[in-house]
Formats: sequence, C-alpha cells, structure tokens
Amino acid sequence: MSTKIEICDLGKSFPSEQGRLAVIENVSLTVNEGEFVALVGPSGCGKSTLLNLMAGFIRPDAGSVTIDGEVRSKANSKGILISQQGSVFPWLTVRENLAFGLQGRDAAEQARIADHYADIVGLRGFENSYPHELSGGMLKRAELARALVVKPDILYMDEPFCALDALMSLRVRNELLRILRIERHTVILVTHDVEEAIHLSDRIYVLSERPTRIRATFSVPFAHPRKLSSPEAQQLRIAVLRELGVELDEPSEPLVRPQVTPLAHG
Amino acid sequence: MYRLKDSGSATLVIAALIGLWWLLVLLTHSMIFPTPWAVVAGAWELVEDGSLWRHIGASLMRVVVGFGLAVCVAVPLGLWMGWVRGAFATLNPIVQILRPISPIAWIPIAILWFGVGDASPIYLIFISSVFPMIVQTIVGVHTIEKRYLRAAENFSVSRRVLFTRVVIPAVLPQILVGMRIGLGVAWLVVVAAEMIALHSGLGYLIIDSRNAGNRYDLVIAGMIIIGLIGLMLDGGMRMLEGLRWVRWRYVH
Repeated sequence: MSTKIEICDLGKSFPSEQGRLAVIENVSLTVNEGEFVALVGPSGCGKSTLLNLMAGFIRPDAGSVTIDGEVRSKANSKGILISQQGSVFPWLTVRENLAFGLQGRDAAEQARIADHYADIVGLRGFENSYPHELSGGMLKRAELARALVVKPDILYMDEPFCALDALMSLRVRNELLRILRIERHTVILVTHDVEEAIHLSDRIYVLSERPTRIRATFSVPFAHPRKLSSPEAQQLRIAVLRELGVELDEPSEPLVRPQVTPLAHG
Repeated sequence: MYRLKDSGSATLVIAALIGLWWLLVLLTHSMIFPTPWAVVAGAWELVEDGSLWRHIGASLMRVVVGFGLAVCVAVPLGLWMGWVRGAFATLNPIVQILRPISPIAWIPIAILWFGVGDASPIYLIFISSVFPMIVQTIVGVHTIEKRYLRAAENFSVSRRVLFTRVVIPAVLPQILVGMRIGLGVAWLVVVAAEMIALHSGLGYLIIDSRNAGNRYDLVIAGMIIIGLIGLMLDGGMRMLEGLRWVRWRYVH
C-alpha cells in the first residue's frame, strides 16, 4: 500500500492571554491509500485543529503535511472536510448542494450526478427539498453526498455523527461503510467515541490532552461487518480507553447489553 | 400573520381611540379640531375631486425613484465594503459620519442643488434610505458563517460562483431587512420633504390644507392616509420574506 498522507513533526500554537498556547506538538503520522484512520482523543485536545491542518485550512507553525508527495498549503477539492456543525448551504436545495462542487459542467449533467449520489445516500425523493426540511441524519447524508460527488481522494470527518442520536448515528455509520465499499476513499475520522472508531476504522491513533501528541496506535484487524460485542473488540476498547486514562473494572461483557449487537449488516 | 383574536383586539383599541377623540371634540366644543366624521367627509371630498389619487401618486413616485436609486447604490456598495477589508476601512468612516445626519438637515442643500421640483425630495429619500441599507448589507456579509465560506473554499469554486452561490444568497435576508428599514425611512422623509415646497404629494396636501383656511379635517385625513400607506408598504416588504430564496433564514 502506498503512503497517502505523511505528517512530520507537526506543530501549531495559537495566541492567547497567557502567551502562545501550544495546541499540537511533534505529531508525526502516516496514512496509507484507501485506509480508514481514526484519531481518538479527549474533548478539546486539538483534534479538529489537526484535521484542519491536514485539510489545508490552516498552516502549521512547524513541520509539514505531505499528500501524494506534495506539501499541502491550501484546501482543495481532493480532500473534503465534513465538519462537526455541518456546512450544507441552507439556501440551496439538496440537488443544488450536491452539485455545488460540479460548477462548470452543464446543468443536465450536474443534476444527473447529484441525483445519483442523492440516491446512494438514501435521499431519493428529497432532491428539491431545502436543508431545513430535512432531519439531522438526512443533513449528514447530504453533506457526505456533496463530498462524494467530487470524488475526493480523502474525506476528513470531524466528529460527523456526534450531533445525531445513537440510533441515527449507527445508521449513518453503516451507510458510510456501505458507500466506502463501493467508492474507495482514504478517510480520516476525528472522534471521541471509542466504539465508533472501532466500528469504522482500520487503525486508531490515540491522542493526548493538549498539546496534542500521539500516545498510542492500534490496528483494528476485524473484518466487516463487525460485532462490537466480540471479546476481541471489547479488549481493544478497554485498551484504547486505558490509553485515554479511563480504567474499566467491569467484566469484558458488560451486564446490561443485548446478547447480540449486530452493528453492521447487509 | 395576525391571528383573528389579535386583530380583533387591535380593532377594539382603534375603535376606542376614535370614540375618545369624538367624545373630546364634542365635550370641548372645539371650533377647529374636527370630529372623526368630519375627517371622513373631508377625505371623501378629496376622493371625489380626484386630488387624493394625484397626491398619493406623486408621493409614491418620489419614493419609488429615490428608494430604487438607493437600493441600486447600497447593495453593491455594501457587498463590496463587507467583502473587501480595504474598502471597509476606507469608506466606513464616511458612511458613519453621514448616516446620523437627519434628512431634514439636508433640506436647504437639497433645494440649493436641485430646486423645488421632484429632484429635491427624491434626493432626500435617497440620502436617508441609502445608509441603513449599506450598513445592513455590510453586517450581512460580516456575519456569514465561516463554515459555509470554508465549504466553498474546500470545493475550490471560482470567485463568480462563490459570490452568486454563497455570498449573495447568504446576505439576501439581511439585504431585505435593510430594504424594509430603508423603505420605512423613505416614506417618513417624502412627507417631510413635500411640506417644504412642491405642489403635490401628501405632505403638500397637509400643509396646503392648513394654510388654505385651516382645513384640519383634511390635515388629519392626510395623516391617516400616510399611516395606512406606510403600513401597506411594510406589509409588502414583509411578504418578500416569504420568498423561497430567503425563507431558510426565518424557519428556525
């Protein structure tokens, strides 16, 4: 597998009242082509800053982000960021939002491609709706589809599911896995949810409190569809949580839990 | 939208005020201040000889021209000042100095520059409605949420697409707010401006009715008509808020 993203000794600080506040220090990591990497860390640790640096929205103070052998200096449509608050344009319909990255092509083709992706994420029939007419889960799908339309090499996802309720989060996660089987993308997922990381990713980087450094790396060697209730997954979860400073005394099979938790299907 | 109950209580208050007015005129045996009925009769007189429509038409025409010119200047200028930092730094102090000057203070200069024809009130309407609209448009640009600009940057769209698909649609609701304020001010100012000179318009009607024989019934009829037309203009602007391009702003 070839290296897609290479980060070397990355550092970033921001001015604050007590002088400069270091947010990221000496972070080095690599992501392979087509890999799904999760960055897990405590809230407010600088995960989002790291993602914004990778996507090219902000410049590092030290070190570099190299993508396909080129130093990343500004954002472009080869890597699309799916932000935490969502950035689907409320003044455009679903179809217009999805076609946003296709400007320059003729209108019929734009609509055709947009509708194709609306279909893929399960928004068929909502092409002419405005975002305020959609539910939170549908908005996330619309944002994902808008990113997929431009066939980005990399998807940067900043806690994309945290605004959704548990059930909807699970649905959209399964949806994402299904899409990634069809269209192969390199994905960087920032999250504070360990189960989510184990459910989705190939590899987990555990980040420290601010200033962010890499504490540990875990590979997630389970085939999809994954069962989070399996002993291996539970062991991994406990190990990751321990790196995050949470010790679990409970048995590896928690008491209040259905016997089978089919997290992914179909 | 008013509920039926709300508009019912509003009607009740208006009826009570008219009743009070009527009662006070009768109790004080005023020779000059008219009863509500005398006002209605006076207004009817104006309707019959056709002069009411002429005055309303003249006032509205001045507002349409002055306000229209102000929109044409304020929206592009506000977008430019909001988007380009240098333009804002250069022009904002001038805008902030000119903005608080009452349009009434401009009247002598308007007459000096434009005489006593239609151009004077049109200029006054322009000068009074252009600043609120500039300011509101700038606020609109400055308050576009960063996540939307980032998304546009992420898809590396052209400058033209950035403006037509992101910036202008995002600012449109604020432009509409500015237009509502601007039109309200324009209607205030046209009446004041017409009181100074000219031979037509609702402002002229009021001053002329007083000067030509203390016709206070026509003065009050003119005032009420001004109020009603102002209400309709504002209602028209509010209807624009229902347009699909701006509805997203008002649904949450």
